[in-house]
Amino acid sequence: MAEDNKLLESLTQSEYKYGFVTDIEHESLAPGLTEETVRFISATKNEPEWLLEWRLNAYRHWLTLTTPTWQNVKFPVINYQDIIFYSAPKQKVKLNSLDEVDPELLKTFEKLGISLDEQKMLSGVAVDAVFDSVSVATTFREKLHEVGVIFCSMSEAVREHPDLVKKYLGSVVPFTDNYFAALNSAVFSDGSFCFIPKGVRCPMELSTYFRINASNTGQFERTLIVAEDSAYVSYLEGCTAPMRDENQLHAAVVELIVLDDAEIKYSTVQNWYPGDKDGKGGIYNFVTKRGNCLGKNSKISWTQVETGSAITWKYPSVVLKGDNSIGEFYSVAVTNNYQQADTGTKMIHVGKNTRSRIVSKGISAGFSQNTYRGQVKVLKRASGARNFSQCDSLLMGDTCGAHTFPYIEVDNPSAQVEHEATTSKIGEDQLFYCNQRGINTEKAVALIVNGYCKDVLNHLPMEFAVEAQKLLAISLEGSVG
Amino acid sequence: MLSIKNLQARVEEKEILKGISLEIGAGEVHAIMGPNGSGKSTLASVLAGRGGYEVTSGSVSFNGKDLLDFSPEERAQEGVFLAFQYPVEIPGVSTTNFMRTAINEVRNYRGQDEIEPGDFLKMMKEKMQLVEIDQKLLSRSLNEGFSGGEKKRNEIFQMAMLEPKLGILDETDSGLDIDALRIVANGVNKLKTKDNAFIVITHYQRLLDYIVPDFVHVLYKGKIVKSGTKDLALELEEKGYDWIIKEVQAAAV
Ligand SMILES: Nc1ncnc2c1ncn2[C@@H]1O[C@H](COP(=O)(O)OP(=O)(O)OP(=O)(O)O)[C@@H](O)[C@H]1O
Ligand SMILES: [Mg+2]
Repeated sequence: MAEDNKLLESLTQSEYKYGFVTDIEHESLAPGLTEETVRFISATKNEPEWLLEWRLNAYRHWLTLTTPTWQNVKFPVINYQDIIFYSAPKQKVKLNSLDEVDPELLKTFEKLGISLDEQKMLSGVAVDAVFDSVSVATTFREKLHEVGVIFCSMSEAVREHPDLVKKYLGSVVPFTDNYFAALNSAVFSDGSFCFIPKGVRCPMELSTYFRINASNTGQFERTLIVAEDSAYVSYLEGCTAPMRDENQLHAAVVELIVLDDAEIKYSTVQNWYPGDKDGKGGIYNFVTKRGNCLGKNSKISWTQVETGSAITWKYPSVVLKGDNSIGEFYSVAVTNNYQQADTGTKMIHVGKNTRSRIVSKGISAGFSQNTYRGQVKVLKRASGARNFSQCDSLLMGDTCGAHTFPYIEVDNPSAQVEHEATTSKIGEDQLFYCNQRGINTEKAVALIVNGYCKDVLNHLPMEFAVEAQKLLAISLEGSVG
Repeated sequence: MLSIKNLQARVEEKEILKGISLEIGAGEVHAIMGPNGSGKSTLASVLAGRGGYEVTSGSVSFNGKDLLDFSPEERAQEGVFLAFQYPVEIPGVSTTNFMRTAINEVRNYRGQDEIEPGDFLKMMKEKMQLVEIDQKLLSRSLNEGFSGGEKKRNEIFQMAMLEPKLGILDETDSGLDIDALRIVANGVNKLKTKDNAFIVITHYQRLLDYIVPDFVHVLYKGKIVKSGTKDLALELEEKGYDWIIKEVQAAAV
């Protein structure tokens, strides 16, 4: 409640405020993608042979694929030979402490509201900062190390914990999964790795902040989180990019593995540059996110607030293998101007008495298109499976579109699957009611939209919730005449 | 404080207010009565600035300022409050949150800082007592699933919180049981000062037993056809509107 209001105070700005460019020297590959590119990336990172092989297999597989077209989004053909697949800020090869991080980079993250200075950080959030293709800093590593939690960049994980990486990488999202997963597997440059050992409740939130800076560059990162028996972690992901007229590709893969009685809570506030009001520029956010509830009584909860990107195309999913495992998906997707979003989830019930819950709130304004696409699948042996889905759409104006595609497939007669959907508009009378209390229309919209999204925002960690509420308001500015 | 001169307004090409003049001074309570569809809510809406109403003629001055020049939120910030006949629901937004937003907006307009959370809570407690409203109701989604009486009481609570200069109550009494009616009326009486004024729209004399008006006006077909003191309300209660309508018709001939 106090947060709601803090948000409403800071609503005056209307432009994408993260659109600045950091002036820093980059080491970049020439644009284009060949087997050499893959080899270069792998060599730059001193990767073991098996990983290079894996990348090359992925690359070769990718060559046999064509861009999927089933999703409800439109974009021109992407020329992969125009994209730079690796770009890193120049710095010393190995950093021993934060003091060695380029001050420009530190400043950049400060400006984004992410302090990498542990002394300055008020709350217990450990951050891995990814800048273009590489992780530039990870905070609180010592503190986490004491309890056995590993939180580092993917590159480092490959070097320091190769067995863990080898065991789990691609185990949830194999490179054969889809076009962009194959591409990512071939060229991924960095990302975050989290490992929570048996019985450990991670003492702080873990968070990765992704920043695209260089132009014409694609960002391909991989995140891998493993929670062993009875472990718990809350992980947050944030992202921004400069304003540029060209479209930039962000094709990430996120894999979660949860063993017996363990839980991962994964929250995203996605605020990539959405393009300008005429639909020029913006990030193509084509992401594969999936979690495996491998153990019994395990739980994965995805919460996402998607406000940015020219196109968002992703379905954070849960495979409920362990008996009594739980999958949750809470989503707010906002599209304004010419943004397009096709997002939702898949809940695959494999084990007995598995439960899933889907709450999706779509908000469309301007000329945008907003699609919820979700699949609930109950396999034969998943007796006692239960799902509840609530998919709501809020339309602002009459030039935007909202679409809902729920796919339900049930092969076990004892399953209970419930689906509810609504479509609504913000009423004139609601706005006038707010106006009459002294609240202007812009703030009234923010208030009403935040109320509408409450059931999702409630699932975000506190600080993220505040950030998300601000973003919702900013994204919708000017959407009601 | 409020000076309405020959106010004419239409909605969807239909003339509804056909020349209303009304002077309201600080410290006064004016009751507006009249048959269904005579334009009472329309007058309230036009004063509050609801969209869709076109003022075709006349003027409204509020504390020396041209009220019609202001946006709806500015009118509220200037101190006009309308207790709605039909309050709307805002899912997911609690009355508490709604009020805090509103109060800060008004304060901002007046060049004041945001209210301190502690002060806000204190104010809430105080006003809750005034209208005997339950804390639980205030943390629920605004008006969602509220009973008719709860909605009305909530309107008066909001009025108490915002401390307007001019409070317009549109049939706040309808749907209230006897106890609630007394509580709401008491609330209004306690809010009354020599510096503010109230317009009370009602069909029933009953409310005016509690909130004693200084003046009573009868609105009929978009015009004030009769004004008097509180005795007029008693007379209406006894005789209905027929005799006034006949007077009007006789005068028109
Ligand atoms: N938006 C609108 N569109 C068309 N007609 C309207 C609109 N608003 C009001 N009217 C008409 O204007 C007239 C006056 O309505 P108003 O609501 O002001 O009456 P009232 O005096 O408040 O009545 P009641 O005692 O029933 O509340 C009615 O005939 C009503 O149908
Ligand atoms: Mg009325």
